[in-house]
Amino acid sequence: MNPKDIAALLDEPACAHNQKAKSGCARPKPGTTAGGCAFDGAQIALLPIADVAHIVHGAIGCAGSSWDNRGTRSSGPQLFKIGMTTDLTEHDVIMGRGEKRLFHSIKQAIDSYRPAAVFVYNTCIPALTGDDVAAVCEEAERRWGTPVVLVDAAGFYGTKNLGNRIAGEAMVRQVCGTREPDPLPEGIERSGFKVHDISLIGEYNIAGELWHVLPLLDELGLRVLCTLSGDARFREVQTMHCSEVNMMVCSKAMINVARKLAEAFGTPWFEGSFYGVQDVSKALRDFARLIGDPDLSARTEALIAREEARVDAALAPWRESLEGRKVLLYTGGVKSWSIVSALQNLGMTVVATGTRKSTEDDKARIRELMGDDALMIEDGNPRALINLVWEHGVDMLIAGGRNMYTALKARIPFLDINQEREFGYAGYAGMVELARQLCLTIESPVWEAVRRSAPWAAGGNRRAVSLETVVGGWGSPLVQGSDGRRSGPCASGDGSQSEACADAGVEVSHA
Amino acid sequence: MPEIIKRSKALSVNPLKASATVGAALAFLGFRRAISMLHGSQGCMAFGKVFFVRHFREPIPLQTSAMDQVSSVMGADENLVEGLKTICEKSRPDLIGVPTTGLAETQGADVARLVRRFREQHPKFARISVVPVSTPDFIGCMETGYAVAVRAAIQELVPPADQAGTRPARRPRQVNLLAGSHLTPGDLEALKDLIELFGLQPVVLPDLSDSLDGHLPEQDFSPLTVGGTPVGELAQLGDALATLVVGASMYPAADLLAERTGVPDFRFPHLMGLDATDALVATLAEIAGGPVPAKVERQRAQLQDAMLDCHFMLGMSRFAVGADPDLLVGFSELLAGMGAETVAAVAATNAPALRQVAADRVQIGDLEDLEHMAREQGAEVLIGSSHAAHSAQRLGIPHLRAGFPLYDRVGAYQHTWVGYQGSRQTLFDLANLVLRLEKGEIQPYRSRLSQKPQGERGGAEEQAA
Repeated sequence: MNPKDIAALLDEPACAHNQKAKSGCARPKPGTTAGGCAFDGAQIALLPIADVAHIVHGAIGCAGSSWDNRGTRSSGPQLFKIGMTTDLTEHDVIMGRGEKRLFHSIKQAIDSYRPAAVFVYNTCIPALTGDDVAAVCEEAERRWGTPVVLVDAAGFYGTKNLGNRIAGEAMVRQVCGTREPDPLPEGIERSGFKVHDISLIGEYNIAGELWHVLPLLDELGLRVLCTLSGDARFREVQTMHCSEVNMMVCSKAMINVARKLAEAFGTPWFEGSFYGVQDVSKALRDFARLIGDPDLSARTEALIAREEARVDAALAPWRESLEGRKVLLYTGGVKSWSIVSALQNLGMTVVATGTRKSTEDDKARIRELMGDDALMIEDGNPRALINLVWEHGVDMLIAGGRNMYTALKARIPFLDINQEREFGYAGYAGMVELARQLCLTIESPVWEAVRRSAPWAAGGNRRAVSLETVVGGWGSPLVQGSDGRRSGPCASGDGSQSEACADAGVEVSHA
Repeated sequence: MPEIIKRSKALSVNPLKASATVGAALAFLGFRRAISMLHGSQGCMAFGKVFFVRHFREPIPLQTSAMDQVSSVMGADENLVEGLKTICEKSRPDLIGVPTTGLAETQGADVARLVRRFREQHPKFARISVVPVSTPDFIGCMETGYAVAVRAAIQELVPPADQAGTRPARRPRQVNLLAGSHLTPGDLEALKDLIELFGLQPVVLPDLSDSLDGHLPEQDFSPLTVGGTPVGELAQLGDALATLVVGASMYPAADLLAERTGVPDFRFPHLMGLDATDALVATLAEIAGGPVPAKVERQRAQLQDAMLDCHFMLGMSRFAVGADPDLLVGFSELLAGMGAETVAAVAATNAPALRQVAADRVQIGDLEDLEHMAREQGAEVLIGSSHAAHSAQRLGIPHLRAGFPLYDRVGAYQHTWVGYQGSRQTLFDLANLVLRLEKGEIQPYRSRLSQKPQGERGGAEEQAA
């Protein structure tokens, strides 16, 4: 990819980072960098399109440890779960045989799997050796009549976020607008019930959570032409240009898609989230507002009233356990505030939230939700996160899977909210699942058990002692049971626990 | 000797292979207070990290030289030096491994020279070992990268005996164990126990059973490995009585170690099954100069008994195995020793060890190849990583999870496959999978002429029609 094109993608007028002197996408620092590359971002963004053959053009490093590792779900074809790569060899690289291998690879994928389309992800090595991947894709499409879409996202182009944008750009330029939507099934529309077409951008159907939301949209007469890209099909992406409203779901990652569709087709868009009761309701209202159909607005209000009442009742027992618990949230972008309101809704206190990938808008929203002295974490290195947990007596860390085992090693209750997670938290129904998962870990008896020293160890609870020296008289609800009482003599952070633990030790050894 | 069939198709579908780069990173994870910095783009590190985090369910220290567009084109030498400096300043590790990626190698990076430059520019970090190793992902597989990284560590950290002042058998109880990438932390624990039973003291290189065995340490966080082979131990490898080498992929590293130290070595392609374990135990008895402990004799007898119990199920059973070469050799020989057949064998990459696979042919390829071969050959059980689960599902046959990565089972990384006890459990597991197939089950025959009640008589369908 041309440096000019990359610069253009980085210069995203709809992104609030642009208004600062420096672009939001800072150069990664050698030796102290976390997070994926542009290829990673592009693959995440498009892989959920289920009936496409996703070919990674490169050596095995790119696909070999990354295929089939995401929690996204499809309601139909599973082709996206088939890992495909040109797996370049030394000979291919030295002799310049990459293009040829790619060409035959595309044919092989079409012959073996009859995909709706082939997406070719260019990676570092062919980008560096200068394979003319675009020409190969064009020729392959012409020769075999299956759409072949180039996603030129070599890792060294930049960050994961840039990769998301490259992926979105490829869809807008090469796929959107190449087909008109199917006619509506007969008998759906009637007087007072008009169906409106919408699209969801940046919704990945992690753990199938989109399916918590889709029934609501169906009921309201909102036809999702396409989600980019959770449980999507190629033929859906082709029709995205026809939607009446686009929703940017919980991710600035593909903001360029929303903006470009607005520029090219005049489609209005809004940014929203399906996490948390208020946010789901707000998103539904935003659709109605932008579409401007009074019938739809009335239906929406009725549905919201019904669903909110239902979820409120379902959450009541969980609220009792979660009320007053302190949470530290470390995640990217929009989730930094959308999850905050979800957690507050459960009666929890969000002590701090990560803002490394957040925009100024995001931060304004955080202040709105958490107050002006909201603690924002810019640098989320694991050591700093753990220190914050200890300093603020946090009950639970909520972050991406990458940090999960770091938290567990520090004996901190943890909830995974990123790509690889197993549970869906979107929609009203997702809130109940979220509450259940929070309670499941926060109230688990294992926390007390893993913080307890062996009965025969001298000096009792070493963990609590070391914490006391760190924060001084630390007595966080971290070690309280669900009823608010301390869950065991060893859990106390005060100086008297060595004796108490010795007693506990006697009990244990007798039992 | 099997026929080795090379890759003939353009596209690799459902890769069996993980890169040499992550293989090298895995080897360095077996050193204490260590971290690897992959020389490449940041994604190379991020993918490797997620790969290991999901497999081991542990935090994995891994860094990157973060090559971007400018440094990829104009040269990334500064990235490497700056990255090393940053890691040294922040974490003060004992060892930094620097595996290269295909990107860096294509660009022509000379990491050995860059490490020298780092040494010149930052003499205050002289005590921190830095081990560069060339592991582009377009050559070999995980096993390959792991093996060359161990060799590089020996090259860098084991001085020749005359310089180090070491002498074979000066530590008369010490036995070095060069452990191949196919050995799990559980395998290494079992081997250490076995060696200790002979009154010997094992030093494992690299020791994943000390760093990634899934233990909860006292300290709440470490940016480096917690456990593993202490880097200082490497200088003392030359004092050992003997070196045990497990995995044919480790032989080049063993050659170098023997050349440097003069310590005699004993080589084993794998340790699965009776014959392989017998060879190890006999060697240990010889090295220790004593009898085989009664406990070990007992375990051997247990394995023999299990072989008798399991041969009914495993005899003439048909297996499909997809793995890196050493593990493939191990499984195929274990199965052959039970009268079972490896009817589909796929290796991630070619290696001299493949000549020893007990099968008619070995395909160098991917899981799609394995699936096709298994279907053609009527395989009854599939052995492979978690990625092979979809293949097994499509084939409709049971799946034994082994190799890398194992992400859909808790604790799978810790499974013990080797030695008398590990082999015995493996046989039980395999036999139980075969039992699930209900082979030889005879479908009831319902006679049309019988006097049984209406629904139990044959020919009901024809009558109804």
